[in-house]
Amino acid sequence: MAAPVPIAAGPQQREALALVTDEIVKKGFVIANMDKLAGWARTGSLWPMTFGLACCAIEMMHTAASRYDLDRFGTIFRPSPRQSDVMIVAGTLTNKMAPALRKVYDQMAEPRWVLSMGSCANGGGYYHYSYAVVRGCDRVVPVDIYVPGCPPTAEALLYGLLQLQKKIRRTTTIAR
Amino acid sequence: MNQALNDLGESIASALPQAVLGMEQICDELIVTARAGAVVEVLTHLRDDTGCQFKVLVDLCGVDYPERERRFEVVYNLLSLRHNQRIRVKIQIGEDVLVPTVTGVFRGAGWYEREAWDLYGIPFADNPDLRRLLTDYGFEGHPLRKDFPLTGRVEVRYDETQKRVVYDPVKLTQEFRNFDFLSPWEGMNHVLPGDEKAEADGDEAGG
Repeated sequence: MAAPVPIAAGPQQREALALVTDEIVKKGFVIANMDKLAGWARTGSLWPMTFGLACCAIEMMHTAASRYDLDRFGTIFRPSPRQSDVMIVAGTLTNKMAPALRKVYDQMAEPRWVLSMGSCANGGGYYHYSYAVVRGCDRVVPVDIYVPGCPPTAEALLYGLLQLQKKIRRTTTIAR
Repeated sequence: MNQALNDLGESIASALPQAVLGMEQICDELIVTARAGAVVEVLTHLRDDTGCQFKVLVDLCGVDYPERERRFEVVYNLLSLRHNQRIRVKIQIGEDVLVPTVTGVFRGAGWYEREAWDLYGIPFADNPDLRRLLTDYGFEGHPLRKDFPLTGRVEVRYDETQKRVVYDPVKLTQEFRNFDFLSPWEGMNHVLPGDEKAEADGDEAGG
């Protein structure tokens, strides 16, 4: 069977569209791939766990505030891991904090993602040789996206979140 | 030399001849060295004397000088709002020597002493709540001591089989190295690695 050829704009296309629309109105349903739909829904409502640990948290707040406005991506910060889809590890993760971070991660419902923000969360950064700092939060939780910077700009974090959306769209499959 | 501070120091020394060991002024700041056992007496005097009225304990901290016989110093920074003056009281103590607590004089000293205990291992006798303050639960050692290794002794990771965060001995892929040969804060007169020979020749045309 030949590949479907897109119809150029014009009366012919309008006629074809009207045909489809009538069909939908008559029968009352649309068809989509379930996994694509789920992926689309998930990317449009990424609710991050508010997990600010250090100065990166300030930049995270900037991303959420009016200039960059995460709300327009459906990204709304939640105060509870039970309501969250993604955890932004924003700042230096210390040894003392590590069990708490893991506990919060464990409390998040599946599907869940982790975004590591800034040098400290990525690999210890400035405090890499410190006696009190975890050398990268990926030693404690599995990380999906690493955002470099010290701290990353609000744009960088936004870009990281968009990359995460892309990843979710690419990888979402419905388990049978 | 600040005359007002000098007078203040003289009056303190004359009021407490047994407790005050010495005093000096550095950058117009008065530093009083006291006998470790008499620190409560000194601070009480500084708080209550009408000429002093140092009612605010701004900070209390430890210092480690490993080359000294009595390696630790405890430093008390005081502020007198009445006289708009500051004073620094220092005591020297050896390792594992009890320091009398000053929580009876300044209630706010409690957590400062906890911090000094945590980071230097200076024990304060009769502190009502001498637990660790900043370091990890179950932390071993006192990290601000000069003989404490920079990277510590343990690191954490999540163990997938035990389903919890576990402690392992530190394993660094790359040891800490200090590359700060040209720090402008050090005066810019370091010999660069490889330049030792040029120095030995006595060649003036170095660059």
